[in-house]
Amino acid sequence: MNEQSATATPNQSVALLVGTMKGAFLLRSDEARKKWRVEGPHFQGFAVYALMHDGRAGRNRTFAAANNPFFGSALRSSEDHGRTWSEPERYTIKFPEESGRALAQIWQITPGRPTEADTLYCGVEPAALFESRDGGETWQPNQGLLMHEHQPRWQPGAGGLCLHTIVLDPTNPNRMLIAISAAGVYRTDDGGKTWNARNVGVRAEFLPDKYPEFGQCVHKVVHHPSKPERLFLQNHWGLYRSDDWGDSWTDIAHGVPSDFGFAMQMHPHDPETVYIVPLESDMFRCTPEAKLRVYRTTDAGASWDPMTEGLPQKNAYETVLRDALTADSLDNPGIYFGTRSGKLFGSLDDGATWRELADGLPPVVCVKTAVMTQQ
Amino acid sequence: MITIELPKSLGLSVDGRTVVEINEPCATVGDALAALGRRSPGVLDRVVDEQGDVRQHVNVFSNGESIRFLDGLRTPTADGSAILILTAISGG
Repeated sequence: MNEQSATATPNQSVALLVGTMKGAFLLRSDEARKKWRVEGPHFQGFAVYALMHDGRAGRNRTFAAANNPFFGSALRSSEDHGRTWSEPERYTIKFPEESGRALAQIWQITPGRPTEADTLYCGVEPAALFESRDGGETWQPNQGLLMHEHQPRWQPGAGGLCLHTIVLDPTNPNRMLIAISAAGVYRTDDGGKTWNARNVGVRAEFLPDKYPEFGQCVHKVVHHPSKPERLFLQNHWGLYRSDDWGDSWTDIAHGVPSDFGFAMQMHPHDPETVYIVPLESDMFRCTPEAKLRVYRTTDAGASWDPMTEGLPQKNAYETVLRDALTADSLDNPGIYFGTRSGKLFGSLDDGATWRELADGLPPVVCVKTAVMTQQ
Repeated sequence: MITIELPKSLGLSVDGRTVVEINEPCATVGDALAALGRRSPGVLDRVVDEQGDVRQHVNVFSNGESIRFLDGLRTPTADGSAILILTAISGG
């Protein structure tokens, strides 16, 4: 985002883009990221599962996936920091009639590589990948996934059959990885023409065959652009790492109170550091022992440590969903997460200490960041 | 003529009107909605999905009866039929 002010000194501040079950909120920080001003709700009454700020190629565009509970899911955008939003006459993300499918929800909006400034991707429910090559004006489904031979046997997770994660190889424009609940991880190496399941070593506790080719309930996959082949995966049950772009996965659930969870976030500057928020079981889905703990590894999953300072450690039956843990990109990055109970927390010291930024919001389903340059 | 009344509470309208008059021949509710879509494709996007099915939390009534309990979009219409579109209580 670019904001103009009276001062000439360039400086940066951060906006948190917060999607909830009842609308989107924008939290704007001061330079120190100590004070936050809450704006919203935008799209009041709409579930907003995906938000993304696109600052590529001089843009200042914020996208929101706004799901009207009656009239369906649409991609909206703002060019003025969320003050006004587009209201498209026609919905732009639609399945082709011959597919027999209809859009239920947009789960993810991901910008293309820096070299592909007009490319955007959306992951949707029912599971499919949509691509835009014109900055989000028009969208087409990826045919390779739409017609995938496994597709008739994909089963929905509790949240639906959703394609929720899109991981791009910054060094190879033909390689991309996606994750679907509950179909697992798929990777293309030919620019999306064909997709292969990449779930070797990932457990499917809820199936007779615990290690099938596909059918895993993957909740989130992250990587660091400087080491793109190393992936970290939070599964429905299980915490994994791959060092070969998903060709094989190794269990790294060492020292966590539960290997169940949704959220996972890479440190923006350290390819060894990852954050998760473990949850107890797939039935309870709340923080173990009623303690809100972010777990952090600084050695690529060899060990995990709880980060608790400033987080409630008593009667905290919290849930952090798959897109509700994030980081900004400043040199000293902020780490942020939101809970289903409507709280937002932030840390400015890599997770060592936390501070509550907001409370009383509707259930939080996604938290994203945008860095604003003020001049 | 067939009339289609749109839900006022959520801001759907065609040319600023929430009651749309359809003067072309329509044998069914589906025909009438298709005619509505020719007048305003965006309004139709919000009433039916891309497969042409009425959205889960939208209810369509023909002369006071829900088409879910009649013949769906194949429910016959006649001159003077009144179609009412409302949001369902299930969606909020």
